[in-house]
Amino acid sequence: MNALPLILTVFVACAVEAIEALTIVLAAGITREWKSTFQGMAVALVVLAIITAAVGPAIASLPLTALRLVIGALLAIFGLQWLRKAVLRATGYKGLHDEASAYLREVTAAETAARESKRGVSDWYAFTLSFKGVLLEGLEVVFIVITFGASQKNIGAAVIGAAAAIVVITVTGIAVRAPLTKVPENWMKFAVGIMLTSFGTFWGAEGAGVAWPGHDAALLVLVPVVALVTAACIAWLRSREAAAAVPAKKSEVVGS
Amino acid sequence: MRRLKSFGAFWYDFIIGDDWQVAVLVVAGLALTAILTHVARVNAWWALPAFVFAALVWSLHRATANKR
Repeated sequence: MNALPLILTVFVACAVEAIEALTIVLAAGITREWKSTFQGMAVALVVLAIITAAVGPAIASLPLTALRLVIGALLAIFGLQWLRKAVLRATGYKGLHDEASAYLREVTAAETAARESKRGVSDWYAFTLSFKGVLLEGLEVVFIVITFGASQKNIGAAVIGAAAAIVVITVTGIAVRAPLTKVPENWMKFAVGIMLTSFGTFWGAEGAGVAWPGHDAALLVLVPVVALVTAACIAWLRSREAAAAVPAKKSEVVGS
Repeated sequence: MRRLKSFGAFWYDFIIGDDWQVAVLVVAGLALTAILTHVARVNAWWALPAFVFAALVWSLHRATANKR
């Protein structure tokens, strides 16, 4: 398979995670203290590097069929989680993810927290906030890089996609010095959910022994089909919502 | 013990997420695909996508039923 779809998918997925991590780091740095914030970020990056170094080669050494079965299952489950949330957000059953309000929540909490020095860190709150944010969002990046890279036997391409996303988001974040609220994050999550689910289904079925019609070209059909099914789900939930609203309006008219 | 529990809870939430039935349906789809392919000798490429779409629809139905 061409490395470009792999790089692009990993880039978009990791960009979403990087935006969320940036929001937390900015909230900690601007409200509290940059030194402790950077310390927390650095420690989280070291932990992520250790996890990647430990898990990556172990996973990559598995036979390709077993690898694709396990990774396919994980990616399909993971991707369906993203799709589910994206559909619920698009139909109003769940609030849209908003970096501005996420930033405000973090800032409010950071402003009220007490200042405490601990283990050589001058502001423990800023350190832990930044550490947790980078570690949790970073774990998703590591997961995506390892699963996509190992399944395609091209960890290098996956790392390029992830690194490019992190660099672009970090540079943009430094330039604007504010959370990236203008990025269409909800639509990006939609796209990532579609890609994770499609790749997971493709690799999982291959791992279970299937030979896809058209081999890798089947992905060119699978991705739009997953997108269409997702769009149909949105239309279904909206029409159900509209159908439920009509009798309510009628009863209001009868009642009046 | 508490740390072990929260470690397990973190990974459960990370991988399985809000609806465990999605994971069950995906695993069932993979198992059926493997059985059809290796035992019945059918190239069942359609089985897993069918389970994946069913999982999405079922999960959305469960999440939205009785809401509003």
